[in-house]
Amino acid sequence: MTKIVVVTSGKGGVGKTTTSAALATGLAMRGHKTTVIDFDVGLRNLDLIMGCERRVVYDLVNVINGDANLKQGLIKDKRVENLFILPASQTRDKDALTQEGVEKVLNGLRDMEMEYVICDSPAGIEKGALMAAYFADEAIVVTNPEVSSVRDSDRILGILSSKTRKAEQGEGDIPARLLLTRYSPERVDRGEMLSVGDVQEILAVDLLGVIPESQAVLNASNSGAPVILDLESDAGLAYADAVARFIGEERPHRFLTAAKKGLFGRLFGG
Amino acid sequence: MTVSIEEKASFEFKGRMLMATVLYLKDLDSRSLHQQISQRLEDAAQWLLDAPVVVDVAHPEEASQVELLTAVDTLRGLGVNLVALARHPELDDQVAAMLGLGSINLANGRDVARSEPPARTGNSKSAPAAAEDTLVVEQPVRSGQQVYARGDLIVLAPVSTGAELLAEGNIHIYNTLRGRALAGVRGNEAARIFCQDLDAELVSIAGHYRVAEDLPDAYRRKPVQMSLDGDAMCFADLMGKS
Repeated sequence: MTKIVVVTSGKGGVGKTTTSAALATGLAMRGHKTTVIDFDVGLRNLDLIMGCERRVVYDLVNVINGDANLKQGLIKDKRVENLFILPASQTRDKDALTQEGVEKVLNGLRDMEMEYVICDSPAGIEKGALMAAYFADEAIVVTNPEVSSVRDSDRILGILSSKTRKAEQGEGDIPARLLLTRYSPERVDRGEMLSVGDVQEILAVDLLGVIPESQAVLNASNSGAPVILDLESDAGLAYADAVARFIGEERPHRFLTAAKKGLFGRLFGG
Repeated sequence: MTVSIEEKASFEFKGRMLMATVLYLKDLDSRSLHQQISQRLEDAAQWLLDAPVVVDVAHPEEASQVELLTAVDTLRGLGVNLVALARHPELDDQVAAMLGLGSINLANGRDVARSEPPARTGNSKSAPAAAEDTLVVEQPVRSGQQVYARGDLIVLAPVSTGAELLAEGNIHIYNTLRGRALAGVRGNEAARIFCQDLDAELVSIAGHYRVAEDLPDAYRRKPVQMSLDGDAMCFADLMGKS
């Protein structure tokens, strides 16, 4: 049984691709056969975050158009077993995505007995985002704790409740969960950022996890290794927790409060 | 791999939200129309000249084409920026085309046609809607979503910023209202808005509206009911006696 998960947000730059990469890697590390697909046709990024940019031959649009078969398009991750990447095309635009084409790719992945397919949605509410979400069984909405991101996430939640295949077929809303990224408890305390509680109150959805603002995320992107591989970092640990919750384990939320500075921290302004 | 050559398209479709004013014509007598509208325009309603206006006819089944033509001519003569005619079974796109107007379905994909004209018994305090027209919404109403009720609208979940509730009757929100709520959209001035937690962008009853900035501070984030007294919107504590 293949579960198709869309990672979406509405707003750009909030951490969809970072999250898709971390989630897919985390699931594969736990032994689940997983593919992560970059739906951001024209603005390909996932391959960089996954560190496979030098091995891209074919892409999603090639597979949709039949220029390559699915096995040729998939890039096998070198670090983690059971993990595959299907990159986006950089030379096309979102109109190259068709519903039939996307369905064909997803059916192909079902035939390969993938347990999870993570669809990394582009920003916006146009065709690319709609295509990424259409066949989803479940959604993860990535949000930053600031008002414009929250509003866009709200918009996306509304779209998810009407524009997926399940919604169209009358099977109701797909389950959607919130992943709050770039969270800085210090800034929340200073009143510069919305708190988890504020965001949850506005969006009224379950919380999958809170990822703290962290230099590790930037380092991970630069080095092409998903941040979840860095289990020394708070962001890596927070993503590992989120993956555990995603597959049904109970994990308390952490990194929600500002770390108290110790004596040395205070002395040296740590 | 195939090579794609990008062609520069000479057009693109852009979906844009557009605010339009609906001019609801209760009767089509061009003389009284001329008199009343020109007076209203003098009363500072410059927005009526600037905003695109959609004409909606109260009794489409009684409207003759001649009446419609003269009414539209009258409005155009006054400088009203008419763009479209609200669609009814009797007033389809052909009628609109004859008037030189576009045709718009006002109720967001719903069939707006009603078999009987809306009850407008001036002194009745109850909403005109029958109970079976009441729409109950249990899911959050998200930004960008619009809910239209032909009678009363009851919402049990939060209404987000950027969401819009429209009802021909009353609106009840047993949660936080952060978006817009427009009650009595077909002119029922007896309609009310009830809400558990008022944080709205805009509230409106029968076209009389208040934007967030103009909401009285005393009622913000409180359980409130809103009603009309003449042209003024009245706010009252929902829990207290009004």
